[in-house]
Amino acid sequence: MALSKRHISKEEVEHVAWLARLELSEEEKELYTQQFNDILDYFQKLNELDTEGVPPTLHVLELVNVFRKDEVKPSLPPEEALANAPRKRGRFFEAPRIL
Amino acid sequence: MEPYKLGAWEISQKIRNRELTARECIVSFLSRIDSLEPKVKAYVSVLREAVLKKAEKIDKKVKRGERVGMLAGVAVAVKDNICTKGVKTTCASKILENFVPPYDATVVERIEAEDGIVIGKTNMDEFAMGSSTETSYFGPTRNPWDLSRVPGGSSGGSAAAVSAQEAPLALGSDTGGSIRCPASFCGVVGLKPTYGLVSRYGLIAYANSLEQIGPLARGTYDCALLLSVIGGYDERDSTSVNRAPRDYTRSLGKDLRGLKVGVLRELIGLGTDEAVVKAVLECASKLEEMGALCQEISLPVLSYALPAYYLIAMSEASSNLARYDGVRYGYRTEVDLDWNQVFSKSRREGFGAEVKRRIILGTYALSAGYYDRFFLKSLKVATLIKRSFEKAFQQVDVLLAPTMPLLPFRLGEKIDNPLALYMCDVDTVPVNLAGLPAVSFPCGFHQGLPIGAQVIAPPFREDLALQVSFAYEQAAAFKGRTPTL
Amino acid sequence: MKIGLEIHCQLTSLKTKLFCGCSSDYRGKTPNTFVCPVCLGLPGSLPVLNEKAVELAVMVALALNCEVAPQTFFVRKNYFYPDMPKNFQISQYDVGGSIAIASGGWVGFLVGKTRKTVRLRRIHLEEDPGKLFYHGTIDTSPYTLVDYNRAGIALLEIVTEPELEAPAEARAFLQKLRSILEHLGVSDGGLEGAMRCDANISIEGGGRVEVKNISSFKDVERALTFEIVRQRDLLKKGVKIQTETRHWDDVRRTTLSLRVKEEEQDYRYFLEPDLTPVRISQEMVELLRSRMPELPDARKERFLKAYGLPEYDAEVLTSDRAMADFFEECAKLYDKPKAVANWLMGDVLQCLHSLEVDIDQAKLAPQYLAEMLKLMDRGDISIKIAKKVLWEVMKHGKSPSTVVREKDWWRITDLQTLEGYIAQVFKEYPKAVEDALVDEKTIHYLIGKTMEATGGKADPELTNALIRKKLSQMKKGS
Ligand SMILES: [Zn+2]
Repeated sequence: MALSKRHISKEEVEHVAWLARLELSEEEKELYTQQFNDILDYFQKLNELDTEGVPPTLHVLELVNVFRKDEVKPSLPPEEALANAPRKRGRFFEAPRIL
Repeated sequence: MEPYKLGAWEISQKIRNRELTARECIVSFLSRIDSLEPKVKAYVSVLREAVLKKAEKIDKKVKRGERVGMLAGVAVAVKDNICTKGVKTTCASKILENFVPPYDATVVERIEAEDGIVIGKTNMDEFAMGSSTETSYFGPTRNPWDLSRVPGGSSGGSAAAVSAQEAPLALGSDTGGSIRCPASFCGVVGLKPTYGLVSRYGLIAYANSLEQIGPLARGTYDCALLLSVIGGYDERDSTSVNRAPRDYTRSLGKDLRGLKVGVLRELIGLGTDEAVVKAVLECASKLEEMGALCQEISLPVLSYALPAYYLIAMSEASSNLARYDGVRYGYRTEVDLDWNQVFSKSRREGFGAEVKRRIILGTYALSAGYYDRFFLKSLKVATLIKRSFEKAFQQVDVLLAPTMPLLPFRLGEKIDNPLALYMCDVDTVPVNLAGLPAVSFPCGFHQGLPIGAQVIAPPFREDLALQVSFAYEQAAAFKGRTPTL
Repeated sequence: MKIGLEIHCQLTSLKTKLFCGCSSDYRGKTPNTFVCPVCLGLPGSLPVLNEKAVELAVMVALALNCEVAPQTFFVRKNYFYPDMPKNFQISQYDVGGSIAIASGGWVGFLVGKTRKTVRLRRIHLEEDPGKLFYHGTIDTSPYTLVDYNRAGIALLEIVTEPELEAPAEARAFLQKLRSILEHLGVSDGGLEGAMRCDANISIEGGGRVEVKNISSFKDVERALTFEIVRQRDLLKKGVKIQTETRHWDDVRRTTLSLRVKEEEQDYRYFLEPDLTPVRISQEMVELLRSRMPELPDARKERFLKAYGLPEYDAEVLTSDRAMADFFEECAKLYDKPKAVANWLMGDVLQCLHSLEVDIDQAKLAPQYLAEMLKLMDRGDISIKIAKKVLWEVMKHGKSPSTVVREKDWWRITDLQTLEGYIAQVFKEYPKAVEDALVDEKTIHYLIGKTMEATGGKADPELTNALIRKKLSQMKKGS
């Protein structure tokens, strides 16, 4: 099926997926590009609304200055900290290599 | 009567009065679960051994004449995005399939402090992203009223469990309607609290600024009871509001005389199923009969709520779900490559299609160049929506609207069309953007399928919403109807 | 050449992390034992802001002449990296109506004898990531080990304008900054990794290169110098310097490329929904201002007045809190402050450099320096011996008098002993004696030889007098 580029291209989908560290198959890229264009097309509806001078809702509540005291609380028991790690080495989490 | 047929309040009363033991009750629910789960599939996990031990403890307390809590011996089904210490909490995702939290969510602690018993973890849309419970990694839950149909979502397992009498109470979470939608589809009562009333500590985030944990039950009284237990200030959640604890069962039974109810025109408008419109309007007349003063209210800006909601939710989700990289917990791909590739592959293999869709769209909406057009714009629309509700509440006490614009649909009917599925949330999302409380309650049936109406109240006026739901429920012709399974 | 710095200072005086109650005293502890659901980024956990961290940040802002924001927010900086518990960092940034806790500001400091001022862009609070360990080095390690004990420690990021013009300036600036933070008592720069730095450098005709992972202020000068030499070499060869991010390898003391511009980060900042805004009232600012301790510049003024030090000395001493403290302790015990300053800025500093310790970790106590100066004043030891004593004290932590006693380094004032040494020297160097008899100016050779023979212990004046006496006796005798 031919894709009409309206809002987002396949290359942009690839780039954004990279930013999100999500590997996509070729089929997924095609499908998502199409679906995203449909969805973004609908989201354009927002442009109908004039929001000039309207402040964004940063927090729906008007809470400010919620703090805790600088007091030490117990940390996790050592065995629990690493219990869910797919890979560990001694007391360390094992992450993949950097380069 | 079999204990599983009882409501939560009745169960705890009977246990307290020694008419029943907690053990008997739990056993009754476990056998109900055993017989129905193959059909309904409401649970992801059932805590068979642990619950019996807890029940016996409560029975001992009663025997010794010690004080027992408000939920003594009551089984509570907990949505699987709410952390339970030592019990797998999966968000119905492969990526968290084996995740065992080392801590309890605040709501779980509070339920246990009142001697409630977490009986199992319920199925849901993966990471609460969906309105049908079909995106679960463990497969869909069925609607107890018609097993070929969806239970709604994302708290579909919780609603189905309560509806099918596999638990008297359940916890769900509502980001854009995820409690009210399945409550509506499964014919039960579900409440989305005011943002900040219930602690989110231990709720695995989908969209932090929008979501709340809330109760589901077959009746309003039980719903109010569970809300009284879980609500209230928690210092571990910075967005928790410091207010005096409240017993929401106390305002129930007040009559509706003089209560001003606004019927939301936009939400019964175009695109809403006729049967739904009819049921909601009949509900309004019924409320009028009971003394309420109904009037139509128009809030045109609500028609912009859906895109604003999705953009905010997806944006926050893209950030919240970044932590699943297979280093500290969760699924990790087998291959040994550099970190970029291992992260990308783990996430590809661990997340389902809808989750990926939302992560990518959310990343897009936040990325340089689109931030203002999508994310910031949505936050401004949220302000307009909040303001329009504030204006409406200067005229009326509560608002009435359909919960869902359609009846429970068939499994597989919409799953391939994401946008069509998103559209189902059109009536539920405005409330989340404005941080308001809303209760969905059954307001009728059409061809054997339940229809839900929602009452929306001003911030922290859950009592008003519950009062309307309770009053209607007492007068409803279908009171006490349950699905045949 | 333009150099800008992003300094990350841990607020080491806090007892807990920025958003959870885990102890911040993580150094030297078993990996992953100072962690909780919040700082491990476990699903469902929520941050709660440490109030004290905000107070300390405001105090730093005031000390650095910044403007404190009346309302500030936290945002998420989204990027993936294996040391990140959530793959976003809770930080502050000017986006969507959100602003950092403080902006503007400046720091004045001395480079050699020239005064320089660097403007600051902003200051903000953020959380530290975990710490990565490699098997060997970053580019060859088959895996990466992660310790999250450090994750969530409160960091203050201080961003300068790109106004520094040489590595030595960067170092001098950082020294002054450290002194200010230490005077405030918010950050102990002596702790490993407590003050770290990213540097960006652009030299004429080249792109902007950012160097990350400079984990001590000492390495800043090294990393910058390395980078400048590297870039100049490339330019000479006609290679264009591309905008990129490089990693400082402190083992091999080189930089290596992490990513080039094409992959420039898109951090997708947005407001952290799990935290509320922080409002900082004028009253709070004034209250914190009133609690501020004496800062380096004020202390310098006091040093000028109270001790009569020259400006240069006062500036150098107050550029290091521990040094200034040491000076004042010592000046209490010994009433010639200028002498104390000279010794501190000269021989003591030299010893510290070669021993690679800071003065507060050195074995030299203020009372030892005072004692040594008094020994000199009394004529018990010569200046030459004093320098040797200082080394011994700094190496072994013994008091100067103990050192002098054990080594038998007392000044030789006994006439007979000294005459013995002189007689020996005269015997050994008859030619020199002859010369001295003819030309008086060559007498210094004999004095020097006598000093040498006594290991520097001879009293030089007495030696001089005795030699002259002996020579004149010889003249008379001949
Ligand atoms: Zn912690």
